[in-house]
Amino acid sequence: MYAQEIKSTGKQVQSLEEMSPEDRAFQKRIDADIKIEPKEWMPEGYRKTLIRQISQHAHSEIVGQLPEGNWITRAPTLERKAILIAKVQDEAGHGLYLYCAAETLGVSRDQMTEQLLSGKAKYSSIFNYPTLTWADIGAIGWLVDGAAIMNQVPLQRCSFGPYSRAMIRVCKEESFHQRQGYDIMMKLCEGTPEQKAMAQDAINRWWWPSLMMFGPSDTESVHSAQSMAWKIKQDTNDELRQKFVDQTAPQAEYLDLQVPDPDLKWNEEKGGYDFGEVDWAEFFQVISGNGPCNKERMAARNKAWSDGAWFRDGLMAHAKKKETRKLSAN
Amino acid sequence: MTDNPTFEFAVRMGDNCLILGQRVSAWCGHAPILEEDIALANTALDLIGQTKLWLGFAGEIEGKGRSADDLAFLRDGREFKNGLLVEQPNHDFGHTLMRQFLFDAWHHPMLTALKASSDTRIAEIAEKSVKEAAYHLDRSTDLVIRLGDGSEESHRRMQDSLDTLWQYTGELVTPDAIDSTLGEQKVTPDLSVLKAQYSDYIISVFDEATLTIPTNAYMQKGGKTGLHSEAFGLLLAEMQHLQRAYPGVSW
Repeated sequence: MYAQEIKSTGKQVQSLEEMSPEDRAFQKRIDADIKIEPKEWMPEGYRKTLIRQISQHAHSEIVGQLPEGNWITRAPTLERKAILIAKVQDEAGHGLYLYCAAETLGVSRDQMTEQLLSGKAKYSSIFNYPTLTWADIGAIGWLVDGAAIMNQVPLQRCSFGPYSRAMIRVCKEESFHQRQGYDIMMKLCEGTPEQKAMAQDAINRWWWPSLMMFGPSDTESVHSAQSMAWKIKQDTNDELRQKFVDQTAPQAEYLDLQVPDPDLKWNEEKGGYDFGEVDWAEFFQVISGNGPCNKERMAARNKAWSDGAWFRDGLMAHAKKKETRKLSAN
Repeated sequence: MTDNPTFEFAVRMGDNCLILGQRVSAWCGHAPILEEDIALANTALDLIGQTKLWLGFAGEIEGKGRSADDLAFLRDGREFKNGLLVEQPNHDFGHTLMRQFLFDAWHHPMLTALKASSDTRIAEIAEKSVKEAAYHLDRSTDLVIRLGDGSEESHRRMQDSLDTLWQYTGELVTPDAIDSTLGEQKVTPDLSVLKAQYSDYIISVFDEATLTIPTNAYMQKGGKTGLHSEAFGLLLAEMQHLQRAYPGVSW
């Protein structure tokens, strides 16, 4: 998930005949579903697209710790607190696998961190929304992780080996997160009227931002074709969004929660739901830095990094001292 | 003195885990490096898990129907019996690590001794918890040594955290009437033996870390009897917020 702004390489997808021999051999391997491994030759555009996508994904996991971390110290029971800590820990772990996967493409974690902190690299728009109540933790698990899974399941078949393998592991944990989120929502919906209202308020605020996670509509998203030809991406944004709505609307119904979309309606003919248009103006504002929490999220990450400089430097200094002592002992 | 020293002891152990876990968990997403985010979350998770064991046991032996959650979320400050050390604010990462080390260096030998408790339930909880505590101690020892004997700044920060936190270590190893009663019954270890172990261990670590233990420091006390710092009330206000705002509901 979490790579909403995949930029194009600026070129149209070439046919096999138009390609150079190297590109053609590469494309044939992709078409034959042979995984590409880090040390193998790959087109520069493939490498760049993957670095951008995987690092955006990693950054999203890292920034994603913040809105949920906001409720760890206020989780209502010991069990809920433990589950939430474990979940946020998983997100950090996903960030770690993904940074490692990106590093195999020739970019360092420090470079990627620098790009995030300077604002050059993006992360998913969803994490720029605030977590205002405990129900938001349920809604994030259910809707946000649900959308993430929808995006990530096909990424398990991504043509780049390390990304595909990271996704297989990540997806297992995300499914667990989604179930936990839904469980929080069920508990709230079975609870007091205040708890039910808290749950309804959460879906009201998180529904549309969750649909935005799939990125711009296919008519706007001109860069998908090359990624699809390279099997970095397997489904279009709108296909995934449709799948998500089809899966999630009945879950909301089961909870007896209203989806905040008057146009949501089952369409027998297409075998899926019709639904309203995402507020794309809001989406583009959030992507470009004007979401409710963009500044806080970036400030928190920058603070963590700069406050921690002495810690990282101290460890390096110790390692150097040890090395010097070892050399002088020999 | 309370009429149920075992209850009191279980609450002390549980509260130490709960309050330290609460403090540590606040670092999620804010640590100096990703590996530390993961390690701190892992530590907090272990501590919250151990809290459930200790406070669950405390509730059972009290026999008034209070669950671990009731004890964690519905007691007020004066009823909490954790040591003052674990409630000290996170401050910087150096204070957080030093607090962890000073606790782990006590917690691990304590749990090791409790495995031989004459109370089988206590021995079982200790058996379950001691492996986690051993890992915590390995980790905090390693970092205290590396940062103490690291850069000039990391050394200064670690020394500063030791100077600040040292005064809260005394009560962990100083017996009161409850400790003495339970010690005589072989429910808990003799704290004077534990004190010697604690002291030997931290002296050797601080020696390697090139850090100096403050001399002639006055040792604060009060946590074990429910006398806490001003910041403690705010910690509880945050932690207990939902249970207090929506009494009696299920989450």
